[in-house]
Amino acid sequence: MNRLLGLAAWTAGLLFFAPVAWMVLTSLHSEPDAATNPPSPAAPITFDSYAEFFDSNPWPPLINSLSASVGSTALVLLLAVPAAYALSIKKVEKWSDVLFFFLSTKMLPVVAGLLPIYLVAQHTGMLDNITFLAVLYTSMNLPIAVWLMRSFLAEVPREILEAAALDGAGLVTTLRRVVAPVALPGIAATSLICFIFSWNELLFARVLTGVVAGTAPVYLTGFVTSQGLFLAKVCAAAVVVSLPVLVAGFAAQDKLVQGLSLGAVK
Amino acid sequence: MTAVREAPTRAEPAPPARTAQLAAAARWARRAPLLPALVFTIVVTQLPFVATLVISLMRWNALDPAHRGFAGLDNYAAVFTDPDLRGAIGVTALLTATVVLVSLALGLVLALLLDRRFAGRGIVRTMLIAPFLVVPVAAALLWKHALYNPEYGLLNGVLTWVFGDDAPQPEWISGMPLLAVEASLVWQWTPFMMLILLAGLQSRPQDAVEAARVDGATPWQVFRHLTLPHLRPYLELGALLGSIYVVQNFDAVFTITSGGLGTANLPYTIYQTFYQAHDYGQASAAGVVVVLGSIVIATFALRVVSSLLREDDGRAANRTEVRA
Repeated sequence: MNRLLGLAAWTAGLLFFAPVAWMVLTSLHSEPDAATNPPSPAAPITFDSYAEFFDSNPWPPLINSLSASVGSTALVLLLAVPAAYALSIKKVEKWSDVLFFFLSTKMLPVVAGLLPIYLVAQHTGMLDNITFLAVLYTSMNLPIAVWLMRSFLAEVPREILEAAALDGAGLVTTLRRVVAPVALPGIAATSLICFIFSWNELLFARVLTGVVAGTAPVYLTGFVTSQGLFLAKVCAAAVVVSLPVLVAGFAAQDKLVQGLSLGAVK
Repeated sequence: MTAVREAPTRAEPAPPARTAQLAAAARWARRAPLLPALVFTIVVTQLPFVATLVISLMRWNALDPAHRGFAGLDNYAAVFTDPDLRGAIGVTALLTATVVLVSLALGLVLALLLDRRFAGRGIVRTMLIAPFLVVPVAAALLWKHALYNPEYGLLNGVLTWVFGDDAPQPEWISGMPLLAVEASLVWQWTPFMMLILLAGLQSRPQDAVEAARVDGATPWQVFRHLTLPHLRPYLELGALLGSIYVVQNFDAVFTITSGGLGTANLPYTIYQTFYQAHDYGQASAAGVVVVLGSIVIATFALRVVSSLLREDDGRAANRTEVRA
């Protein structure tokens, strides 16, 4: 029975992983080998599709995605860490209302604000501008970051904070010696989650960017041509664009749940 | 901490006006770290929504700017009578409910399978998380071209392997468009549900389970009367967070079917109304309708999260008391 259930788990794991494995395998085949029926998994390995993908100059969109994701993540931390401090360690009055206000903004569908944001961008000349996109990603991720950071800072032991205050430790010393050791892993987890969400975003990028500031997901949607064989190339592009998220996600596997559930599940 | 803060005031009694001033200053010093984030959020997320509300009451087509004016509730009437938008409301509800419920059920099975010791558990867990970590557009492209393609997609390829040259070769996307979109989303969201439910299973008090086993409870009884009640808040959390994300889905519909064949959900339809038809008033009214729908879901979601938060703080408080 035990052996059977283990086998079931393995089967499920392999089934869910199969499309990812197939994506990688297809990206390593030549176009004719990638598009056969029945499939030819044992076809010779080639890196031609990757070479072709990088020849099509994907760097501007990749760099745009990187700057929007890294820039917005930095801005999110700058805003969220002090806010979380004011919601957990030195609490403002009505802190729980404030916390729920942040969460409620996450539940407002982004499409609802898309048009006014587009009009503002149009009138201020910020269309097709990566900084504008980074600001929007910041607003998208800020509630998640505030909740996550709060759940981490809430773990800072009260007794030690009080002892530090009694010993006359200044704010800087307290932050560095007592708060930072608990906060740093939280900051790392928060950064990874915010990075992933910004990197994945398509709707805002699709509507608000064009040739200059187009991000990697937008580039991917434009990558499919109706002419000729392209399957291996599409798979290679999908692998390259997904790679940062796969790496970040596997690295932060344990923090992934906490981030996705906004810190509600530990 | 309170005692520490009050100490200086007691030691050096200040005149009442000055005390009030100091107290106000202390309050603002507490609020200061919060304000940038709060102001930023209000400006970037709340003002656009107010603007959407205003535009939804206007007659405003970008291709016909001369006729801009107040329209009252006309746009809302249009949203509810336009067959496309009404269809989109139905599709959104169906898509969200199907994807969330199916991935929740699969996620529960997978979490139960992973909540046991077996060789290679870490590898299986990593493999199961992978679908969630593929960029959504990339995942949609992968399903559309590498799996669903009727001529050389993997699905029909496997059918050929199994049944030989006479194998059925269905047209997955045109034959079952909504199901095709749903399957790709279930594949991406099942790992999310599994992770949340697995965390729930692992926080289950083991002593109660042991006691029940010693008393001769069957695995089914343990699951039905101990595991499931314990998992309830996690199931609710997964369902509600999943709904919030899936109701907004754009990538899969946009990529796999381009909203065709009756798969256009509200986000896609709004995108199209405003991006292609340039009818700003009607797009905004549809946006407001989505928000009203989300508020219903969100109210439940907030209640669930809030109960988890209370439990959490309760635990923390108990811990402090015990230590003190």
